[in-house]
Amino acid sequence: MSTTQEERSLSELRPAGQAYRAAFVGLLGRDLYLLRKDLKIFLLRTLIQPLLLVFVFTYVFPKTGQSVGGSSGASRFSTQLVAGVMGLAIVFQGIQAVALPLVQEFGVSREIEDRVLAPLPTWMVGLQKIVTGLLQGLLAACLVFPIASLVPATPVHLHIRWAVLLTLAPLAGWVAGSLGLMLGTKVKPFQVPLLFSLIVLPLTFLGCTYFPWQDLQNVVWLKWVVLANPVVYMTEGFRAALVGGIPHMPLVGIYGALVGFGALFTWIGVTGFERRVVS
Amino acid sequence: MADAIIQAHGLTKIYDAAVGGRVVAVDEIDLQIESGEIYGLLGPNGAGKSTTIGMLTTRVVPTRGSILIGGVDLVERPALAKQLIGVVPQSNTLDRAMTVFENLEFHGRYFGMGAKRARTVAAELLQRVRLVERSKAPVMALSGGMAQRLMVARAIMHRPQVLFLDEPTAGLDPQSRIALWEILGDLHDDGQTILLTTHYMEEADEFCDRVAVMDHGKILALDTPAKLKASIGAGRIVIVSASGDLEMLSQALVAGVDGAREARTIDGRIHLSVDDSTGLLPRIIDCAEAAGASVNDLSVTEPTLESVFINLTGKDLRE
Repeated sequence: MSTTQEERSLSELRPAGQAYRAAFVGLLGRDLYLLRKDLKIFLLRTLIQPLLLVFVFTYVFPKTGQSVGGSSGASRFSTQLVAGVMGLAIVFQGIQAVALPLVQEFGVSREIEDRVLAPLPTWMVGLQKIVTGLLQGLLAACLVFPIASLVPATPVHLHIRWAVLLTLAPLAGWVAGSLGLMLGTKVKPFQVPLLFSLIVLPLTFLGCTYFPWQDLQNVVWLKWVVLANPVVYMTEGFRAALVGGIPHMPLVGIYGALVGFGALFTWIGVTGFERRVVS
Repeated sequence: MADAIIQAHGLTKIYDAAVGGRVVAVDEIDLQIESGEIYGLLGPNGAGKSTTIGMLTTRVVPTRGSILIGGVDLVERPALAKQLIGVVPQSNTLDRAMTVFENLEFHGRYFGMGAKRARTVAAELLQRVRLVERSKAPVMALSGGMAQRLMVARAIMHRPQVLFLDEPTAGLDPQSRIALWEILGDLHDDGQTILLTTHYMEEADEFCDRVAVMDHGKILALDTPAKLKASIGAGRIVIVSASGDLEMLSQALVAGVDGAREARTIDGRIHLSVDDSTGLLPRIIDCAEAAGASVNDLSVTEPTLESVFINLTGKDLRE
């Protein structure tokens, strides 16, 4: 190779850092552009489920005289459900904004093959998907918060601890996004129905969404088993951040577990992503 | 070579297959692609063409070997090298959530263009690949040929040093093929270096400056199509369909027909290489009858890249 050829080639190259940043922002821009373009779909898939959940359990049930929330009453149930609904909204985004599109792009359309030709390291393409999940999770949480606090027929006792809320929400979004990346790289298109029955439903039903973790002292084995569920720490975290008068896990445990799950899922997700696209 | 834009040495890819143990997909190949040429990898399915393109485009990590592309070590710095390559893969990888125009616009953004510049270049490219009227259409509404042209536009948008196309015309109707080759011809005229794989020998013959004939992961021959065909040393190929013992007939033809160089039996027909076919056909029929065979059909062709492939491997490209 002649010197002139080499110089010409290298002078055309943008520095790695600059190129990676532009590509990362470009890919993120794509996801956010599509979010805006399909905003109605995003709103429907984000709002309907929590709206029905809150409406039936905290509006219809108290009005029809049915007791939900045990002896402690409907108001306590409505209050603690705010945190559960926030956790659910975030974890659903991880599935819907990251895992399901990835399953499609890997297994059906194969368009991921072009996405990974963008001029940045492959693992950063995976990381970008986590950021998409995180941002959509935060947006979803903001949207469902008014529903969870205004729809119930009984008063909801909010007591917002901003420092906890502003650190915990992004942490929960990261765990949801990385969970989405991990599932998106592992699940084949034909396994999607199983993804819901074997993973999403247990995660949400046993994620301390409908009951505070401390209330499980009467079902001790379950109290320990659910600790393997990352959603537990999201909902318990939101309980600590948003509502008063409801017991929650110690904050150290919540933050520690979320960081641990986030790191684990990110590692499995990013390495799994690389393995799927580079042979 | 003064203007080599890709230099690959000892390129090898070995897969650990679940069944059958190790599979050597590409076996110690060397490549030198010169600036501005159309370089074709010709070979049957499974020859290792796509794996080779995969390695040159960062999607497949070589087991051994080195790749220098535009001065960048692609094996060591794949993320950086992606700036220098444009890829049109075998399957449709267009962004299905987006329109035709948005596909190009966002590709420009990934490669560091500002929003305005990305839109300007996207509009120019749509003109170039004749898809302006489809600008707002969802990509799922495009025909195979249109999708392929859009993928070419996308691949050249960031002005790559090398454009890679993996079986670009496979599955396209004849008209779409012509349209695609017109675009590739224009790019070639502009000095774009192009590397493509194909198993259509006519395409390789007509459009490629140089052709590497691949089989079983190795490059068996590399030259211009004209020189490859000349390398057979025959002026014409006579294809003989006959009933009887073809092996014996082959020997009889080589021995008894003046100017016959070599005979090979492919697909139940004898391919007889001759210097000149003028006045030869009656002689072939006589010779066959003398050998106890009866000729059903005779045809004469010029040597093609297929003949080259048959000559090199003893088998048909389509097998």
